[in-house]
Amino acid sequence: MSAKIHLDRTHLHHLLRQMIRIRHFEMKCVELYQAQKIVGFLHLYDGEEAVSVGVIEALTPEDAIVGTYREHGQALARGIAMDRLMAEMMGKLEGCCRGRGGSMHIFDRAKRFYGGNAIVGGGLPLAVGVALADKRRGLNAVTACFFGDGAVDEGEFHESLNLASLWQLPVLFVCENNLYSMGMALERAEAETDVSRKAASYRIPAVVVDGMDVVAVEAAARRAVEQIRSGGGPQFLECRTYRFRAHSMYDAELYRTKQEVEAWRKKGPIARFRNWLQESGLIHQEEVQRIETEVDTEIAAAVAFAEAGTLEPVEELERFVTMEGVPP
Amino acid sequence: MSPAATGTITYREACRQAIRDALLADPQAFLMGEDVGRYGGCYAVTKGLLDEFGEDRIRDTPLSESAFVGAGIGAALAGLHPIVEIMTVNFSLLALDQIVNNAATIPHMSGGQFAVPLVIRIATGGGRRVAAQHSHSLEGWYAHIPGLRVLAPAVVEDARYMLAAALADPNPVLIFEHVMLYNMEGALDPSVNAVDIARAKIRRAGSNVSLIAYGNGLIKALAAAELLSAEGIAAEVVDLRVLRPLDTATILASVAKTRRVVIVDEGWKSGSLSAEIGVRIAEEGFFDLDAPLRRVCGREVPMPYAAHLEDAALPQPADIAAAARGLVRPGRT
Repeated sequence: MSAKIHLDRTHLHHLLRQMIRIRHFEMKCVELYQAQKIVGFLHLYDGEEAVSVGVIEALTPEDAIVGTYREHGQALARGIAMDRLMAEMMGKLEGCCRGRGGSMHIFDRAKRFYGGNAIVGGGLPLAVGVALADKRRGLNAVTACFFGDGAVDEGEFHESLNLASLWQLPVLFVCENNLYSMGMALERAEAETDVSRKAASYRIPAVVVDGMDVVAVEAAARRAVEQIRSGGGPQFLECRTYRFRAHSMYDAELYRTKQEVEAWRKKGPIARFRNWLQESGLIHQEEVQRIETEVDTEIAAAVAFAEAGTLEPVEELERFVTMEGVPP
Repeated sequence: MSPAATGTITYREACRQAIRDALLADPQAFLMGEDVGRYGGCYAVTKGLLDEFGEDRIRDTPLSESAFVGAGIGAALAGLHPIVEIMTVNFSLLALDQIVNNAATIPHMSGGQFAVPLVIRIATGGGRRVAAQHSHSLEGWYAHIPGLRVLAPAVVEDARYMLAAALADPNPVLIFEHVMLYNMEGALDPSVNAVDIARAKIRRAGSNVSLIAYGNGLIKALAAAELLSAEGIAAEVVDLRVLRPLDTATILASVAKTRRVVIVDEGWKSGSLSAEIGVRIAEEGFFDLDAPLRRVCGREVPMPYAAHLEDAALPQPADIAAAARGLVRPGRT
């Protein structure tokens, strides 16, 4: 995989499609949540799509991903089948985790997708371990570890960055800095608000990138991944982004103004990229519409798959509490 | 590692040989923890292993329990067989998030896609005059958690062979090594080269009362049985060995035989493993009982430093014997 981003039409259209898939998938999830077909917590990625799409474009199937609880975008960008993802959201046996994990705990062994981690910061040590295993086994694989700015508050962030740097492990740390850990603004939580400086203090090369610009994210991720693959140890990417919607479906958003949200929406990654493509003559309106139609067809099929799905028999409730063996 | 008397081995040396065997047998196995390498282990269990296996397989970690336990979980998810050492059970609380929220949940939560073939060795227990932040017995908390297997080797044979069985288990296994046992010497039966990690074991047969114990509590229960024997009371001593999942069948069989029970647990009584065992007996063995259940547990205080206070806080053979005597010969304690 080249460190260079291919700015040809096919690739650019693919990036746009991936972001639209995530956005439209989640819009459908909101509908299904209101219809109580999806329950529990639902954390939307609305506004942050460029981050996972850009980063994951830089990875190969042999690489690993450790995601957050706001991971629908990470999962879809990774290529986890939308129908199995939707079935998981709806708690069905046909879901990628048999309906045990739900929105916050997506796992897919075949895609090397290690959660779906809903303890903020808890995924970072896992990523260090996955990278350690890959390195010891002689794989030239990268583990991309996603987390938000809230994770930066946690001790596990600091312990993990130190360990990854100390042992020169192939981890790409990706901070999705959306400026809020739930309702807590970054400047109210951190004495040093420049997250990348914290990474640098562990001697991890850190780059700040506009997380609303998918091309910029992909380019930065490719450079970082190339450095890691050449044996340069971990890299850190701080993607500055914004969450357009509430933290979860329960959030009254008392901690930020409508004006602030509107100002960020104008910088939205999909509208901005689509407009740029159109203005540059790289996509026509009809092509955008075709992508949207195709995505909506894929979503309708995923919903139908999930609706037709079955429920895991209650008799299997305790299955996999302990494993009979290590899955092949 | 001092040479033991002929034919015997120390618990510490048994632990060391177990780790060495595991590393020789399995290229995916490695050890990491605080001061396991150059220092040789804070209880000298891993002395010499760094020279033999190198830094790739004997990894000294920074004082980052959450990160290195979590890294062990991640490495296990990705195909290695890590042995993680935590210096003492009180420090394991810094890694509780990783153990409880990740190691114990991921197999089930992922719908069986992932196993966590990880072993965590943790030193536990009181008696070394190191006060309230290094002396507690919190293994009962871990025994509360579905998804974990919790072991407590109390004899050199278990110290020597439980690790191999734990590494062969595809699930996270916690091995609690009691700090007072490292210097204990015992004989290894040359005909034994493996132990199970599913069953409790009768360490001394008896007919009048069952003493149920584990870890250093087992040693004290055996001492109590000796005291009782001199008085004509035949105590049966059950070594739990496996704190989760509990081998209820062996416990109930002993209760059915002796009809009287004393449960010994260094942990605090309230909400403890001893409570769990007691209730299981009450639920499933109630009509086999001739006397009320009795428990001898750690006193409900943070462990004090002063020797006389620490001794008073821990179950002692005389306490266990007194409890047993009270059941067998009521009114004559």
